[in-house]
Amino acid sequence: MSSNKNAKAYWRENIRYVLILLSIWFLVSYGAGIIFKDALNSIRIGGFKLGFWFAQQGSMYVFVILIFIYVRLMNKLDKKYGYDK
Amino acid sequence: MINSLLIEGIDVQTWTYILVGLTFSLYIVIAIWSRASSTKEFYVAGGGVSPWANGMATAADWMSAASFIGMAGIISFAGYDGAVYLMGWTGGYVLLALLLAPYLRKFGKFTVPDFIGDRYYSKTARIVAVFCALLVSFTYVSGQMQGVGIVFSRFLEVDYNTGVIIGVFIVLFYAVLGGMKGITYTQVAQYCVLIFAFMVPAIFISIQMTGNPIPQLGFGSELADGSGTYLLDKLDGLSTELGFAEYTQGSKSLIDVFAITLALMVGTAGLPHVIIRFFTVKRVRDARKSAGIALLLIVVLYSTAPAVAVFARTNLIETVSDKPYDDMPQWFKKWETTGLIAFDDKNNDGLIQYVADTKENELMVNRDIMVLANPEIAKLPNWVIALVAAGGLAAALSTAAGLLLVISSSVSHDLIKKVFNPKISEKGELVAARLSAVGAVTVAGYFGINPPGFVAAVVALAFGLAAASFFPAIVLGIFYKRMNKEGAIAGMIVGITAMGLYILKFKFGVFDGGLDAVAGLKKDWWFGISPEGFGSIAMALNFIVSIVIMQFTKEPPEDVQEIVENIRIPSGATKALDH
Repeated sequence: MSSNKNAKAYWRENIRYVLILLSIWFLVSYGAGIIFKDALNSIRIGGFKLGFWFAQQGSMYVFVILIFIYVRLMNKLDKKYGYDK
Repeated sequence: MINSLLIEGIDVQTWTYILVGLTFSLYIVIAIWSRASSTKEFYVAGGGVSPWANGMATAADWMSAASFIGMAGIISFAGYDGAVYLMGWTGGYVLLALLLAPYLRKFGKFTVPDFIGDRYYSKTARIVAVFCALLVSFTYVSGQMQGVGIVFSRFLEVDYNTGVIIGVFIVLFYAVLGGMKGITYTQVAQYCVLIFAFMVPAIFISIQMTGNPIPQLGFGSELADGSGTYLLDKLDGLSTELGFAEYTQGSKSLIDVFAITLALMVGTAGLPHVIIRFFTVKRVRDARKSAGIALLLIVVLYSTAPAVAVFARTNLIETVSDKPYDDMPQWFKKWETTGLIAFDDKNNDGLIQYVADTKENELMVNRDIMVLANPEIAKLPNWVIALVAAGGLAAALSTAAGLLLVISSSVSHDLIKKVFNPKISEKGELVAARLSAVGAVTVAGYFGINPPGFVAAVVALAFGLAAASFFPAIVLGIFYKRMNKEGAIAGMIVGITAMGLYILKFKFGVFDGGLDAVAGLKKDWWFGISPEGFGSIAMALNFIVSIVIMQFTKEPPEDVQEIVENIRIPSGATKALDH
């Protein structure tokens, strides 16, 4: 594979990861924490209404996890395409 | 036994002097140890900071006096609506890690205007970026200096102005001496101080109220009084009883919550003092990792804040509501003298009516008190109360230092070196950088002492501006190779202008007869979006204008397109380009 083609393939896979992770990012915060908050609030976990919990706790935790997943995926991708040196 | 007697015998004042004195000496020692000797060390700490150190420094850089002192208080009065800050100020890091940090690190220069100027091969673009960076940073830094003054005057009974001046000298010392290198390592220490100071009272109070030592779980638990009621249900009940909105519901409209959250997220990702932290790590993979670490460390505080908000709100209502004024505890009287709490017995019954209806409400509570007085309200030991002062100062100073670096590098690097005097020597640039830092601290101190009345209002502008200017320009610069200077410059100018006009109209009432008109203008908000949330609209405008203008103008030169291809790949060096 030429270096140009290699770079293009790497970039495409990267974009795919970013799009998938950002959809989750959107779903937990704007979805669960804002748009569907009232519906989720009918579900309770302990003292928390679920929509409220996503808005004030859950989405933050998911954000942290998303970044670390991205770190792992990209480290693997760098290796696959020989960009890890 | 004797030990604990000794500890209990020391009053809050002495404890505060001890803790503030110790932490300040620590910062100074670190500053002397990490002096900067080259411009690279001054701007980006030499570029060899480890991901963990950078993560901690970023977290301290990011968490300002507003996060430490103000946020829990705002949430405790806003209830659910407080989520806009919690999600907005953390979700931006996902954008930063996935869309900006790795590529800016690969680009490998010193400042945000550096990137804009090179990527858009234009001095105009660079100058527009410098203007935005300065505006955002000055807005922010005067707020930090005010925070320093407030902590000093309330805890140490030092005059407010003296407090600001002490703060100015401390920051001056380590920012001017150490540049980014000194700032990075003091911020690492400041993160430790501020997180300890925030968590200790929160854990104590969580145990007191719910028996659960983890505040994040505590505020969703049952009360420790054996009643079997959940804390949040109790607070919902208390709030509605007094005529406030149900705590877990909030009162902002859905579209406004959406818009504000988006504006804060995008604004966070576009703030120059956060972005430049990622220039300091060694490799692209370190930039990704340290964004994750930074967010993790930030979330420790941000996930605790809503718990503190609930504890403090419940405690406050239970302590004051319908209780005789004469029976109020000592903290109430103490904070009354600072003006943060005010009681006006409108119906002369000697009881405190604390209700939503402004005609009957007799108690004015400043939001800051929720964190500042929280340990006293919960009757915690003196050293814990003093700890809050040291933590607040750490938060304010670390953010101030980060902002000052953006200001000084914008002046010495982007304006002097890149625009006015490209032939300046390395040594000369370092001197210029130090002098700009001195100038910036002086201006910040001046604004701290004579705070312009609009500081609170312009914080919304700072995020809105970052969202409306930098974020689209940088993202398009990385992900859209065809984007050219005409598009980017037009986009930034339209974004900033729209944001500025909206703020002037709806926050200052400039076009409708001044500040008094502001309340009446609420019904005219576009789509019901507040000025705080308008950054998301201004950002969208920037994207649209950039892309449309680009269609009708020349594509960027070959070598610029090569830079874009190059920054997308994590390994290898970036080709140097001089325009």
